[in-house]
Amino acid sequence: MQQLDGIVSRARAAFSAAGDAASLENAKARFLGKQGELTAQQSALKNLAPEQRKEWGAKFNAAKQQIEQALEARRAEIADAKLAARLAEEALDVTLPGRGRGRGGIHPVIRTWQRVEQIWRSIGFEVADGPEIETDWYNFTALNNPENHPARSMQDTFYVDLKDQDGLPLVLRTHTSPMQVRYARTHQPPIKAIALGRTYRVDSDATHSPMFHQVEGLWIDEHISFADLKSVYTDFLRRFFEMDDLELRFRPSFFPFTEPSAEIDMAFKGSWLEISGAGQVHPSVVRNFGLDPERYIGFAFGSGLERLTMLRYGIDDLRLFFDGDLRFLEQF
Amino acid sequence: MNVPESWLRSFCNPPLSGQALADRLTMAGLEVETYAPFGPQFSGVVVGEIVSVARHPGADKLTVCAVSTGNGKVEVVCGAPNVRAGMKAPLAVIGAKLPGMEIRKTSLRGVESEGMLCSARELGLSNDHSGLLELSREAKPGQDVRALLGLDDWVLTLKLTPNRADALCILGVARELSALTGAPLEAPKIEKVFAKNQARHAVRITAPEGCGRFTGRVIRGVNAAAPTPQWMKERLERAGQRSISALVDVTNYVMLELGRPLHVYDLDKLKGPIDVRWGRKGEKLLLLNEQTVEVDDSVLCITDDSGAIGLAGIMGGESTKADEATRNVLLESAFFFPAAIAGRARRYNFVSDASHRFERGVDFDNNVDGIERATRLILEICGGEPGPTEDLVARLPERKPVAMRIARAQKVIGVPISADEMESVFSRLKMPFRKEQEKFVVGPPSYRFDLEIEEDLIEEVARLHGFERIAAHPPRAALTMLKTPESVRSAHSLRERMAAADYREVINFSFVEQAWEADFAGEADPIRLLNPIASQLSVMRTSLIGSLVDVVRKNHFRKVPRIRVFELGRVFLRDAAAPEGPLSVAGLRQPLRIAAAAYGRAFAEQWDGVERAVDFFDVRADLETLVAPLALRLEKAKHPAFHPGRCARVLIEGKPAGWVGELHPKWMQKYELPQPAILFEVDVEPLLASPLPRPQVPSRFPPVVRDIALVFDAGTPVQAVLDAIQAEKPAIVRSVRLFSLYRGAGLPQGKKSLAFRVVMQHTERTLTDAEADATRDALVALLGQRFSAALRA
Repeated sequence: MQQLDGIVSRARAAFSAAGDAASLENAKARFLGKQGELTAQQSALKNLAPEQRKEWGAKFNAAKQQIEQALEARRAEIADAKLAARLAEEALDVTLPGRGRGRGGIHPVIRTWQRVEQIWRSIGFEVADGPEIETDWYNFTALNNPENHPARSMQDTFYVDLKDQDGLPLVLRTHTSPMQVRYARTHQPPIKAIALGRTYRVDSDATHSPMFHQVEGLWIDEHISFADLKSVYTDFLRRFFEMDDLELRFRPSFFPFTEPSAEIDMAFKGSWLEISGAGQVHPSVVRNFGLDPERYIGFAFGSGLERLTMLRYGIDDLRLFFDGDLRFLEQF
Repeated sequence: MNVPESWLRSFCNPPLSGQALADRLTMAGLEVETYAPFGPQFSGVVVGEIVSVARHPGADKLTVCAVSTGNGKVEVVCGAPNVRAGMKAPLAVIGAKLPGMEIRKTSLRGVESEGMLCSARELGLSNDHSGLLELSREAKPGQDVRALLGLDDWVLTLKLTPNRADALCILGVARELSALTGAPLEAPKIEKVFAKNQARHAVRITAPEGCGRFTGRVIRGVNAAAPTPQWMKERLERAGQRSISALVDVTNYVMLELGRPLHVYDLDKLKGPIDVRWGRKGEKLLLLNEQTVEVDDSVLCITDDSGAIGLAGIMGGESTKADEATRNVLLESAFFFPAAIAGRARRYNFVSDASHRFERGVDFDNNVDGIERATRLILEICGGEPGPTEDLVARLPERKPVAMRIARAQKVIGVPISADEMESVFSRLKMPFRKEQEKFVVGPPSYRFDLEIEEDLIEEVARLHGFERIAAHPPRAALTMLKTPESVRSAHSLRERMAAADYREVINFSFVEQAWEADFAGEADPIRLLNPIASQLSVMRTSLIGSLVDVVRKNHFRKVPRIRVFELGRVFLRDAAAPEGPLSVAGLRQPLRIAAAAYGRAFAEQWDGVERAVDFFDVRADLETLVAPLALRLEKAKHPAFHPGRCARVLIEGKPAGWVGELHPKWMQKYELPQPAILFEVDVEPLLASPLPRPQVPSRFPPVVRDIALVFDAGTPVQAVLDAIQAEKPAIVRSVRLFSLYRGAGLPQGKKSLAFRVVMQHTERTLTDAEADATRDALVALLGQRFSAALRA
């Protein structure tokens, strides 16, 4: 009996002493193998009286179980230690920078374009489209711009070496309004559209670029009033700048395509800043939309996307937008 | 238009501060751009009377002056050469603020100075620093110099819209101010000046469609050399007009006061009767601004027997100019139709005060008033004897009554402005009107050229009511949802993809240098601008590639090591066959394109040392990302921008849609790029399609994989191999992927090895090895047959 206890404690000691899986298996063989100490004890069983066998057998089995448990425990310990060593080995400096591609980005003016679109779409405005090289009719005449208007002069408008069907030279559109005309002529009221895009004027200095971007909006229905314009445009600017208390001022102005016309100023750093031109669409323009101005009224507005972008992000040099300087663009 | 506040208030003086008055005008549509003092800003400067002048004990060039300030005397050190006892000069007392300095008690070489005697420059009045500014003898010592010099006048600078020519004069602004505030309008009283003789000059209007009225008057025996009185000079100066000579100053004064442009001729230089007629081709004329112009039959001219002597409504001519020697004059007070004047001055590259007014519209009812006013002023200043006023009326603009429906005005403005208020608007504006049942019928005044239709009056009502008083309320409208087609994507989503693929968006001008078109698009005849701002911005681009190469180049020179940019924009292509359409203009196409350029490292510089230049296949992968889920194919082809062996036509869903390639080495050299840039440019339109997914249930049975490596001729395009497999593969083949390309040792010259991984799977059962092997063999046989490809040994 004591022999069994001795075997168990020796086995435990041997297992603990085994530092790796191979020596542990050797140790196992010394006790549980065919020639092992415990196995050797099994033959003692034959020499016992039948009544003693039962008791001894139980003890033998208990000892065997203890040794096997010790073996399992040690196996697990060794495996854990090995895993731990491997994990320690595999540890990374997780603070190293990530690998592979960098990050691209959208141009700030287009970012504004997308935001503006999103805001207007949220109250059901569709996006209109149209060509950048336009006919005189869509760019001027349809918008009630008289023939001798200074805007038509070569000092303000770019002309190209192509003519329209009336023999007038084609122009680079000077505003996004022709897109509204095209949209209104192909849709039925209620007309709710915004038109965004590149526009061109003969002007180039620190605050003017010969190419720039505008957004214009148009809402025509049987009852859309100047008061509606005030509300909707105020809402827009407040959403755009995320300022619920942004102050706006509408003051009378003049545009050939609207009447009454308003210049819209927003309060900015203690003074008023022109941000938009707007008004009730002139009856002649509604007629050019192919609609009856007696029945349909509504408003139109236009703003410069560069101006909105500059105010939004605090940029003061317009030329940065068109210079392709990655050191500037990477900040967006 | 500069409006001196004092002049304005002499006609209408509401109980408002200057700033409040300016704001009121702005909010009524007469935008006051600036409201600022006329003179320079300084304070604490009074009239000093120099009582005595003594030499400074310690400096030869300085004097010590005793200066009377009215109620006391101070001692001031002065260095001015013109200082003398008895003169009156500006004295800046202790504490005075001058432009850029404040006066303190100081000691100058041992002598205390209690202030400073000032030159004109020290007060910021002019650049004159030759000596003290001498003040008039009548000036009272101690009097504030600002008041004495009239510097406390403020000026309103108006930025007027083209419809409000009526406000291009003090009277017009005052009229508006009176309507806005209810303060009375005290217009200058015009009294008729009776003729002293019967001197006349004959006038004929041959072109009544251009000149509607010509009022003239002869004044004999004027002294044209008489000086312009100080009060008139001051008003002119503050209104932004330089004083020229008494006669010219009077005409400018009346123009500023009443909005009535006048012209004065030297009567003795006129050759025969005046005729207002259209110019004749070839007729030439030297103008008062010393510019010689050639007219034609679209330019209205004032003529006499010698030919054109002035551009009607724009500028007079040198030949009949009144100068200091002039004794007898003819005054002209005409009405020219805006359409006859508009654009003409600009054609000769200038504008004049007269043309600015006539092209917008000048009151056709104050011609006589203008003459009478000018006659009186000329007689006062220059003397002389007037003849009778000759008023020749040929044709005047119509002023048809305009009706405005009350309900319509309320609907357009959107607030229920009462009929009473509307009535008050028209009476405040002094427009004759009558109220009928549901409308007002208004007679537009002769000085308003912008009141022809109902909306014009609605605008007047809204304006006078005050835009700021129109309550903003959210509109009521039927709610409908926007169409949101899933199988169409927006250009913005393409931008987002490019950004996600590590490209930065840029925006370049649509007009470019012509050489870019030739180099990068092989385009010899792009659409040309008739009036480019610069020669390098003279043609409309037919490709985005040139602009992107330029961006790469600029950034390369800024030492950016890795450049990845894209642009989405229109290009402009001549196409005589392109029809007019709802979104297009005949004769050209303007498709949207998206293009990208990658240059330099494939990856940003990083710590594990992986470093290689970006290449064709990197960019092709980006293009695939952009195009997905649409099918992309590349086809070997040539393009002027690209390396002939590294260039492909892009096919999207089988249709040609653009190009991808490596920049041609000759352009690398010409544009100074040491490394090759890889670029693509594709049409946006086909990319906007995004078919709805039609998914299939994945097989539950395990896939079987077989690899096949075959030796092909080196020139066999992989796409052809893949196409052949795609066309004839057995149904169980799920995918075939090229996983290895090898050329070199172990292979015969001119051969390459391609290894494909074939994944097979049956939808209804597990495949057997035998089936898989048979399929692999079939593929090998197929490629052997098609491409003489042999299994790699």
